[in-house]
Amino acid sequence: MDFLRPATLAEALALKAERPGAVPIAGGTDVMVELNFDHRRPDALLDLTGIAELRDWSAVPGAVRLGAGVPYRRVIDELGGRLPALATASRSVGSPQIRNRGTVGGNLGAASPAGDAHPVLLATGAVVEAVSTRGTRMIPATDFYLGVKRNALAPDELIAAVHVPETGAPQQFAKVGTRNAMVIAVCSFAIALHPATGRVGAALGSAAPTPRRATAAEDFLADELGAGDQWESPTPLPDSTRRRFGELVAAAASPVDDVRGTAAYRRHALSVLARRTLDWAWQGYTGRGRPCA
Amino acid sequence: MSPNPAELTSVVGGVGTSPHRPDAILKVRGEFAYASDLWHEDMIWGATLRSPHPHARIVSIDLSDALLVPGVHAVLTHEDVPGRNIYGLERADQPVLAEDVVRYQGEPVALVAADHPETALRAMKRIKVGYEVLTPVVDMESALGDTPLHPGGNLVRHVPIRRGDPDARAAVVVTGRYEVGMQDQAFLGPESGLAVPAEDGGVDLYVATQWLHVDQAQVATALGLPPALVRLTLSGVGGAFGGREDLSMQVHACLLALRTGKPTKMVYNREESFYGHVHRHPAVLHYEHGADRDGKLVHVKARIYLDGGAYASSTPAVVANAATLGVGPYVVDNVSIDAWGVYTNNPPCGAMRGFGAVQAAFAYESQMDRLAEALGMDPVDLRIANAMSEGSAMPTGQVVDSAAPVARLLELVRDKPLPPTGTDLLDLPGGVANTTHGEGVVRGVGYAVGIKNIGFSEGYDDYSTARVRLQVVGGEPVALAHTAACEVGQGLVTIVQQIVRTELGVTRVTVLPMDTSIGSAGSTSASRQTYVTGGAVRAACAAVKARLAELAAGRHVDDLAALLGDEVVDETAEWRHRPTEPIDPVTGQGNAHVQYGFAAHRAVVDVDVELGLVKVVELDCAQDVGRALNPQAVLGQIQGGTAQGLGLAVMEEIRTTGGVVRNPSFTDYLIPTALDMPPMRIDVLELADPNAPYGLRGVGEPPTISSTPAVVAAIRAATGRALNRVPVRPEHITSTERPRGAPA
Ligand SMILES: Cc1cc2nc3c(=O)[nH]c(=O)nc-3n(C[C@H](O)[C@H](O)[C@H](O)COP(=O)(O)OP(=O)(O)OC[C@H]3O[C@@H](n4cnc5c(N)ncnc54)[C@H](O)[C@@H]3O)c2cc1C
Repeated sequence: MDFLRPATLAEALALKAERPGAVPIAGGTDVMVELNFDHRRPDALLDLTGIAELRDWSAVPGAVRLGAGVPYRRVIDELGGRLPALATASRSVGSPQIRNRGTVGGNLGAASPAGDAHPVLLATGAVVEAVSTRGTRMIPATDFYLGVKRNALAPDELIAAVHVPETGAPQQFAKVGTRNAMVIAVCSFAIALHPATGRVGAALGSAAPTPRRATAAEDFLADELGAGDQWESPTPLPDSTRRRFGELVAAAASPVDDVRGTAAYRRHALSVLARRTLDWAWQGYTGRGRPCA
Repeated sequence: MSPNPAELTSVVGGVGTSPHRPDAILKVRGEFAYASDLWHEDMIWGATLRSPHPHARIVSIDLSDALLVPGVHAVLTHEDVPGRNIYGLERADQPVLAEDVVRYQGEPVALVAADHPETALRAMKRIKVGYEVLTPVVDMESALGDTPLHPGGNLVRHVPIRRGDPDARAAVVVTGRYEVGMQDQAFLGPESGLAVPAEDGGVDLYVATQWLHVDQAQVATALGLPPALVRLTLSGVGGAFGGREDLSMQVHACLLALRTGKPTKMVYNREESFYGHVHRHPAVLHYEHGADRDGKLVHVKARIYLDGGAYASSTPAVVANAATLGVGPYVVDNVSIDAWGVYTNNPPCGAMRGFGAVQAAFAYESQMDRLAEALGMDPVDLRIANAMSEGSAMPTGQVVDSAAPVARLLELVRDKPLPPTGTDLLDLPGGVANTTHGEGVVRGVGYAVGIKNIGFSEGYDDYSTARVRLQVVGGEPVALAHTAACEVGQGLVTIVQQIVRTELGVTRVTVLPMDTSIGSAGSTSASRQTYVTGGAVRAACAAVKARLAELAAGRHVDDLAALLGDEVVDETAEWRHRPTEPIDPVTGQGNAHVQYGFAAHRAVVDVDVELGLVKVVELDCAQDVGRALNPQAVLGQIQGGTAQGLGLAVMEEIRTTGGVVRNPSFTDYLIPTALDMPPMRIDVLELADPNAPYGLRGVGEPPTISSTPAVVAAIRAATGRALNRVPVRPEHITSTERPRGAPA
């Protein structure tokens, strides 16, 4: 196995174009597990950790451009104010060691249905910046997850960054696991209010072959909020709205029974998470609760 | 010279203090050498091909492709086992390598040795085994009537207990069916060892194990060698909890080493480790408790099934524990218990901390709560009203002849103030995963108390051997202590030093590596090593002191170094606890156990009743340890044992479908993290047992036993659910389980 260590993004892209089978490695917290268990035997690893361009984030108009190689630790420490839901999701990833090494870029690369960043990226309307020697493609998160651990990258592409909208409005992430730390999601959920467009983002994880948006729930809630002029003069949401939102989120899932939980539990838990996170977000919007978790 | 130097010197680091462990700094720094770190310049690596099927006939084995892989030194099957291809801890029923049939998923079928572990794995994958898949027997309750998996049928052992009136009637009767899932020891250091062929035709095996001599005997039998040619040395053990009592790679590595003439190392990875050791017996327990209107227990009836899996391992002794300890630490005049250990095609089960007492305690403590509810009584009052004490009789008729402070332990945990409700996310169910800000959270409090036999029972000749050597080095008296007692992390090395210091008044005590060049120390299990090997070390010290008295020849000598001069005093002692008796095979009566240990817990939990998530807020414990030889180690045992019990209560289970393990990894076999295990307040009682060295009582297992039912009782109190099965999962609390019998 070759271990390729490009020093610049341009060099990495040239290598990837030449050897599309080379497996990128960032924090290695997914890749090394696969290698150790002999699930994958690539001819080459493409080490991205030496590339300065991937290691930072910057504020761009309306969004944060988060370099693919920024570890969760820094998202938590530096972006809690700008990207509250992504920071909450990051806090729930693995253990301190994993958060020190693991990256959002790696989460996207792995595209596991259980990846904790995904519901947030979907709900906030994030866009993946994919690059190759051929140029740059901006792929909305909604179009990024194609199947179980399959994403929309071409073989010669790398993720340079992900652009996460900085909305200033309440957003929430919640994840159910069967212990109180260091656990893979049994199911997870993110909600983001977009008062500027009158939209609501809602997305779920670990309850379908891919992370996915709950579009019917999004539409329903946007209609409810728009109809009552709630964005302008918010009032507490009626129980029927909260419940219906939860039901629609649960209905958007296609969960399975597995050792981590039953399909019935996942649906049930999603409806609870949807209701609660909506409450917290709405309380935040009406200025009565915490703006983020 | 006084015959007892300890009377003259107040020695530092003796019994009753908590000196540093000799391995502490190395372990904290990550520098301690575990068995997986063993290294030999010329070594090759072994790998094990295992059955993918829980039950199948082996039709053919084709090794030819594997042998062609460059770097491969040997590929072996059952035909290459030179001795007896059958072994077992209590009953020889398990092949070293499967012959015509495999009885569990993961059963070893063939071995490969190669110059690199990767090469060995690749060659292993090229071995072609033809299987005719057979229907697995997986249900413990119907196994006795199912296809026989062994020549004698599927019964490993039946233990009946009959005491008092079998037809006793009570005013208030409660019944229940309880289930305990298959817990794993989840030790962190996987199975590993290094076998080095010796010039005398024998083999030296360096291995992480719990009982060197029982390994030695089994390995020698399988290799067809006299035991003297199979020498074992303990290497660094990363936890055990019962899971290393049975053989794993011991014979395999020796076979490969002797065949190739090269030192051979074997290390399991995490997944293989799940197949490589026995687990805690899953159990189904049917109980009936009867009491009079004041809450006095009238009778207990129970039928207990323990799933031994494919091979016997220590199932016979586990069954006896579940039966003899089956009513718990209570006085009951009329008892009728039947416990069965059965063979199935599930993973083999054997020793794990708590050993049969854990399963029974979940059922009898759940029953006590149910009874309290039926009587309208406080659950602690009901327990205290029925608590045994010194002088009480067990259902076996055995009179408990030392402290049994059951009521006091319960009062101690009950009378502590209750903790406040948490406000930070970290204090709430779900933790930082942000599932609740208080919504759905209900507090519950639960209690449990348990009983465990300490040491080996039923007439077993339970002894240990220790050698103590005293001489002057650099002008100072120095002691060496040698035993074969396995240090598995519990701290026996420290205890041995402490005892020698106290007995001989010598500060510098070196503990030699544990090996088979000295007599057996018995197993590091059953909470017994401080008791039995501690007893042997003290006996060896007594022999050393007797020799010193001879040297002194009546003179009064203050200075031990001067008395010793060039003399080397070297004494070996064998020590056994007082004998126990077998139990009557029909009535279960007899003085089966040597000592009993007791612990009680109070659990305080916050349950998110909508999501079914649990946060154990506090888990306080009171335990009688007779005498705390090392108070810090005692607290460590109580915390660790309690954590393991919490794990069984809310998360730890090997899940199987049709005998196939579904979660052989730490991704899906979850053990408690620091955020799951709450801080503990611990009360340690020291009520000396006059029969035991220093009055001590075994410590390691009792806290594991009462922790599980206390946590579940607290979850029941919060949720109002019956919760008759552990571990409790979110779907049990939210009624979203998969219906029984639904396809996976
Ligand atoms: C103990 C443990 C606990 C974990 N807990 C969680 C958890 O709670 N939640 C969670 O979501 N995940 C968890 N994970 C999984 C993992 O940590 C995350 O998916 C993490 O985000 C991966 O990031 P990484 O940088 O380590 O990725 P890597 O392992 O380096 O890469 C992951 C994948 O992405 C590809 N890749 C990486 N960077 C790029 C790039 N720039 N362009 C294109 N492809 C790229 C790689 O080729 C690979 O396919 C856990 C893992 C472990 C080992």
